[in-house]
Amino acid sequence: MQKIDIGDEKIPLLNDPAKRSLIYQVGVVLMVAALGYYLISNTLANLDRQSIATGFGFLEKESSFEIGESLIEYSAADNYARALLVGVLNTLKVSFVGIVLTVILGTLIGVARLSTNWLVSRLAAIYIELLQDIPVLLQLFFWYAFFYEMLPSPRQALNPVTGLFLCNRGMIFGVPAAHPAWAWMGWAFLVACVLAWLLRRWAMQRLFKTGKPFPIFWTSLGVLLGLPFFVWLLAGAPTAMDLPHLRGFNFQGGMSISPEFTALLLGLVLYTAAFVAEIVRAGIQSVNKGQTEAAKALGLKTGKVLSLVILPQALRVIIPPLTSQMLNLTKNSSLAVAIGYPDFVSVANTTINQTGQAIEGVAMIMAVYLCLSLLTSVFMNWYNKKMALVER
Amino acid sequence: MTVYEYDDQIAEMKPPATSVGVLGWMRHNLFNGWFNTVLTIMVAALLIQTVPPLVKWALLESHWLPSGEACLNGQGACWSVITANLRFIIFGFYPHDLQWRPFLAMVILVALLFYSRNRDHWRKILGWGWLVGLAVMGVLLRGGLFGLSVVESTQWGGLPLTLLLSVFGLTAAYPLGILLALGRASHMKAVKALCVVYIELIRGVPLISLLFMSSVIFPLFLPEGVTVNKILRAQAAIIFFTAAYIAEVVRGGLQAIPKGQYEAADSLGLNYVQTMRLIILPQALKIVIPPSVSILISAFKDTSLVVIIALYDLLKTTKSVLSDPKWMGFSAEAYIFLALVYFLCCYFMSNYSRRLERELDTGF
Repeated sequence: MQKIDIGDEKIPLLNDPAKRSLIYQVGVVLMVAALGYYLISNTLANLDRQSIATGFGFLEKESSFEIGESLIEYSAADNYARALLVGVLNTLKVSFVGIVLTVILGTLIGVARLSTNWLVSRLAAIYIELLQDIPVLLQLFFWYAFFYEMLPSPRQALNPVTGLFLCNRGMIFGVPAAHPAWAWMGWAFLVACVLAWLLRRWAMQRLFKTGKPFPIFWTSLGVLLGLPFFVWLLAGAPTAMDLPHLRGFNFQGGMSISPEFTALLLGLVLYTAAFVAEIVRAGIQSVNKGQTEAAKALGLKTGKVLSLVILPQALRVIIPPLTSQMLNLTKNSSLAVAIGYPDFVSVANTTINQTGQAIEGVAMIMAVYLCLSLLTSVFMNWYNKKMALVER
Repeated sequence: MTVYEYDDQIAEMKPPATSVGVLGWMRHNLFNGWFNTVLTIMVAALLIQTVPPLVKWALLESHWLPSGEACLNGQGACWSVITANLRFIIFGFYPHDLQWRPFLAMVILVALLFYSRNRDHWRKILGWGWLVGLAVMGVLLRGGLFGLSVVESTQWGGLPLTLLLSVFGLTAAYPLGILLALGRASHMKAVKALCVVYIELIRGVPLISLLFMSSVIFPLFLPEGVTVNKILRAQAAIIFFTAAYIAEVVRGGLQAIPKGQYEAADSLGLNYVQTMRLIILPQALKIVIPPSVSILISAFKDTSLVVIIALYDLLKTTKSVLSDPKWMGFSAEAYIFLALVYFLCCYFMSNYSRRLERELDTGF
């Protein structure tokens, strides 16, 4: 028998896949490292030449600029760190409110797009097509101009319903006058949330064990509304309202939402809702029609068909793209800098202009948004996993 | 047994008037069930409330003359703000008597786009046509060759700038995105890690942080004495940003290719570059044409963000017209006009993408 000797002959270095790939990788890493070294050394040389200080020492310095609206106490005498914190909180505020409103509006429009009512579905289609195809920045400018140019001054403020005023200083509306009862009601609501959650868990367990359904929705709703209402009654049922009234050139009392915030919120929500609507539509359409028919054949009512059969399946398709739209909304909130809402980018930009610490400023902007993206996607991935199809 | 005889008259009988024609259509699409009836009436009432005043404002009582005097006391829309400043809005600070050059460049671009619409024309020669076309456009804008006087890029603005940033942005970002996607799909750990970090880093931050970076930090990266102009820096930021998104789209396409295709290529003895160039990428890229068009659309819309670093794109030229005291207070008209321009471009693209999707659907 002829022997085939394959062991002794050396494989040329470049023909051995493992070694070749190692060489390539070392090459690429070296190239990136060299590029990084080149950029950093240039930057250091430039910073040195322009005698710009580096490091985050500036965070301790007095910021000496005012911020129009903030969730925490802030004045120009506070340091940059606190100013930036105000910015982060403002970004979170607009993103959170924006995401909630977007999901509601987007779902409504997505369902409207599928309506059998020709007029409604056509209007929804026009809305989606129109708002998707106009840059969000342009929409922000439009709403901002709408608030500043088209709405009258406080003296001639529009008053569509009692207690609500619309003018170029924003939206001003009446709120219940200060009373300790409101705080107690807030706590009662939190307790009610926990109770509702426990109730739901118990009801689900009972359903799986015994097959007996329990009206979770109505009982939870009763607990959620009833407990705070009971606390309100106990506290003596305060009904006094703090209504806005005109004094001098501006309104006193009540609560006001600045035109910048309203314009930003309106622009982001209307724009993103168009995308969410398309996602919701695709999700609902992805559920096979046979599923609806089968559920109906079992004798389920329309509401049950929707909540037990269609939605759980549609959500699987909806959640991943919905997550990226939430992230988009959060990232797009950075456009606030263009219309003067003090979000994080806007505050960081002011900081950069005042201190000249451009690298630190931009690095912080990027770090904050990366963290937000990461947190959102971790949360949504967890939710996605919970909802995902368990295949056996 | 009863025998029924077919009555010929049945075939000639007309359906009831309420189920055909306008009436039937309305019954079927507007008034099926009490819920839809209520909905229809509510929506119709809303439309009647809003549409006629809008038409009255925008068309019947509007002013179109470029002088703009009539607007001050008029009731309706003042489109004069557009007609009077159209040239500035479209061309920015480009020298007035040379504006035929960016105009011609845009005509070439539109002609190329129009010609590329038909998939039968997608041959090698079209690729060369695009390269030549882009070069000619660059020369037309910049000048300096063939006896055309030089126009510095600081004077570029308006629609040509918007188109330039988006078209060049996408042309340059596409190859970079493909490389990143291949890197991400690669078995080499270090390369894969670098690509993943790049893609996730860029996709996690807003575009304007990259634009800030290009405008304030990028100059620090360069050695002393070397400067890169502002438009080019913004263009670089847009390219890096778009490339990360393209990489993800292409990754989707790569994942859709069955493993057998790689194995078949291996068994033919093709090396990595040949496998990718001849077998995998042609299939993967075909799959991702429709999502690529969506990226083109968002890149086109995103170019408007260069306003924030004070480049004179279409949005910025319009804003600077509005800051002129003579035209203050007519933002609605100007923004509606801009929205129309953007909408038409994007609508054309997205419609086209939908058509392509239908044509390319091979039912894989």
